[in-house]
Amino acid sequence: MIPAPAFLSNPERFMAFSRWAAPLFGAIAVALAAAGLWLAFTAPEDYQQGDTVRIMFIHVPAAWMSMFVYACLGVASFLSLIFRHALADAAARSAAPLGAAFTLVTLVTGALWGKPMWGTWWVWDARLTSVLVLFLLYLAYMALRSSIDDEAKGARAAAILALAGLINLPIIHYSVEWWNSLHQGASVFREGGPAMPPVFWVPIILMALAYLAAFGSLWLVRIRAEVWRRRAEAAALRAARA
Amino acid sequence: MPDFDAGKYAPYVWPAFAVTAAVFAWMVVSSLAQARRWRRRAEQRKEQTP
Repeated sequence: MIPAPAFLSNPERFMAFSRWAAPLFGAIAVALAAAGLWLAFTAPEDYQQGDTVRIMFIHVPAAWMSMFVYACLGVASFLSLIFRHALADAAARSAAPLGAAFTLVTLVTGALWGKPMWGTWWVWDARLTSVLVLFLLYLAYMALRSSIDDEAKGARAAAILALAGLINLPIIHYSVEWWNSLHQGASVFREGGPAMPPVFWVPIILMALAYLAAFGSLWLVRIRAEVWRRRAEAAALRAARA
Repeated sequence: MPDFDAGKYAPYVWPAFAVTAAVFAWMVVSSLAQARRWRRRAEQRKEQTP
């Protein structure tokens, strides 16, 4: 077994930890989002993009989160599949709808930014298509889990799908370098520093931290719900046997 | 002061923020509702178990 923090391998300790951590992360997310949105709307218009630059403050963090959540889903699936950590499968199942939501935000805000800047809502280029594939992977993960009656078998099949889908993350990241794309390359985390002044990248970072804290809070809440669901079903099974 | 005038780009900027807000609202409401529902059910079944 690989070492894991006690709260990850013991449901009782996880419930005690998440009871205070979830609202704390939620409060941090609200504070960061308030600061990020204030800076987003006090930033000047971009000399080329005008006011559409404000879409960047919600689009870029959502794109980062869509990939980060999938990485979390992959790690949880790996731990569930190989090491059978008690909460790993619950964590994987709980991450999927949140990841799908972040990816949906990425796709919709990207289209709303693309239309005025590129002249089109959508193009089938590598970056946009690989993010759409990411969204479909989330949907496929959830559909596969719910389509198999045996919950353990469904979890195993979905975990294998999630692990196979990890290959899409480097494809998304490097798509703008490997293929010609309308989409711009990395602008914040790049060699030589951000390709924009602090008045633009600081709100992006604040919003990204807000999204991250919100995900942390909601992920914990959903894992708690999953633990209670399993407890309720175990109690129902005991009652039926009695 | 914040600049909420998106000018000719308002039809793109505000729907983007609206969709983001709606998705976040869904995430928060559905997560809390799910947790509340299963917590209640787990407690009820625990009480019913002999």
